[in-house]
Amino acid sequence: MSTTLLLIQILNGLQLGVLLFLIAAGLTLVFGVMGFINLAHGVQYMIGAYLTVWFYGLTGHFMAALVLALLAALVLGLLLETFIFSHLYDRDHLDQVLATFGVILFLNQAAKVLWGPTPLNMPAPEILAGSFQITENLQYPLWRIAIIVIGLLVALLLWFLVTRTRVGMLVRAGATNAEMVSALGVNIRRLFMVVFGFGAMLAGFAGAIAAPIYSVEPGMGDDLLITAFVVIVIGGIGSIRGALIAALLVGLVDTLGRSTITDTLKLFLEPSAANQIGPALASMAVYVLMAAVLFFKPAGLFPARGAA
Amino acid sequence: MRNAIPAMLAFVLFAAVPWLSEFWGGSYLTSLAMRAMILALAAVSLDLLIGQGGMVSFGHAAFLGIGSYVTGIAITEGTTDLTTILAITIAVAALFALVTGAISLRTTGVAFIMITLAFGQMVFFTLSALSEYGGDDGLTLWERASALEDDAVLYFSILGALMLAWFMVTRIVGSRFGRVLRAAKQNETRTETMGFDTFRVRLTAYVIAGVLAAIAGVLLANQAEFVSPASAAWQRSGDLIIIVVLGGMGTRSGAVLGALAFVALEEGLSSLTHDWRLIFGPLLILIVLYAKGGLASLWERRI
Repeated sequence: MSTTLLLIQILNGLQLGVLLFLIAAGLTLVFGVMGFINLAHGVQYMIGAYLTVWFYGLTGHFMAALVLALLAALVLGLLLETFIFSHLYDRDHLDQVLATFGVILFLNQAAKVLWGPTPLNMPAPEILAGSFQITENLQYPLWRIAIIVIGLLVALLLWFLVTRTRVGMLVRAGATNAEMVSALGVNIRRLFMVVFGFGAMLAGFAGAIAAPIYSVEPGMGDDLLITAFVVIVIGGIGSIRGALIAALLVGLVDTLGRSTITDTLKLFLEPSAANQIGPALASMAVYVLMAAVLFFKPAGLFPARGAA
Repeated sequence: MRNAIPAMLAFVLFAAVPWLSEFWGGSYLTSLAMRAMILALAAVSLDLLIGQGGMVSFGHAAFLGIGSYVTGIAITEGTTDLTTILAITIAVAALFALVTGAISLRTTGVAFIMITLAFGQMVFFTLSALSEYGGDDGLTLWERASALEDDAVLYFSILGALMLAWFMVTRIVGSRFGRVLRAAKQNETRTETMGFDTFRVRLTAYVIAGVLAAIAGVLLANQAEFVSPASAAWQRSGDLIIIVVLGGMGTRSGAVLGALAFVALEEGLSSLTHDWRLIFGPLLILIVLYAKGGLASLWERRI
């Protein structure tokens, strides 16, 4: 494979990694602080994408659509938290899995009913709609680069929030020992709500910036959610830093695996056999990575202290 | 064994379905009953993990997929002998369970849920990538495995497999092995201190459950005469957990009742509206929030 092609694949991998990070960050925060496993997190990504497309259709302006979609995603997240999830914090993980699975079934179907089963599309904002000239005869969509930059900025913001602010301190304390934080006079329910709302907004944001490059359809969040699980298992549950590194790693392994494994196999096997086995192996790559990491470090690469 | 009564009643009901179907429902009713029995078989095996071992596997449908595809590929390649198909299925499923189980069981709790989910997805994507055998679209089987060609034989083979699995799991639960499995769920440290290798016990249970679910997959392929990656999808794993919890965890009868209730709900709701998940989703949330112990506990309370 040529260097330019490799460069494109690396950029694609980083872009996927950044999206994964935005989803995994909320997931791992919510789990780290509340011990709550939220399968419906992927649906919140889908809702973010749908709302952005919808508001874009109404306003015709990307930024307006983004802000409105984020607000709506936040409101939806808080509603879900108040009416369903807050009753599940004390339950075991099995109950949490089942109830959030119910939320997925409902919201996926609701999206299908409201916006139809056909995939929707929307353009990238005008200033970033063009392409970036990497080399003489190679262009790369500007929006994908924007996603990488935005994602890394959000990672920086998260790092600042978690390590340098009072709420961040409470979040870290809550991840270590929620009961103690509560005993020290912090309204832990409100902290949970803030963390949950923030996580929902991050997922919605990921959906919003992904809307111009992926087709927006019911169930679009499910596959990404499971990959995000792989990310937080590799990174260490509850760890933001681990989520960032693991997300980029998973994004790169997945993208490069898909583009290189089949070609590499052709060196050893008949082309037809390589075409058979290659895609199957490529789709396994991230899970093999996860298995390998777990084999050596069962708690993930950067286990958060105190988190279960 | 009082809590075996609901399962016995369900088995009698299943045995009577072919006769009942002559008056109402016809082949629609028998295929529905076969679906319920196959799901029940898979759920009984999952209950061994969740109810007895405390291992919430979110990738159990992978074994359904493995059983289905071994059957589908074997029949497409001209091997219709049921014994051969079963032997390959058991070997493949046991090996897969051994490897993935050994990795997954290094973790507990939520990480275990996520890892089994990930391995389930791995199987799903692998099956979807088998372009020679239908890929995403699945694979239509033009014949069933030998010995299952007759409809009645197929029906009662499924019932027989379910009853056998139910009996086997019940025996396992009552055995010394089953006690260690439950003890490890309640207090792992104490069980280890008493000299039991909890990892090995859990892994053994994981392999047994995987093989049973793969056999359910073989039956599924023969019943539907179609195999599809969807049988290994994570939603299917979710369905199996729903069945176990709906029926009542840790009570083999619950898995059978849960499968009956699940199929009845699915059929009932989808006959009401095409968008039945709009009802089923909230219903599931309500069941989790307000109903404890599942269907099997209703029975026990009444006596």
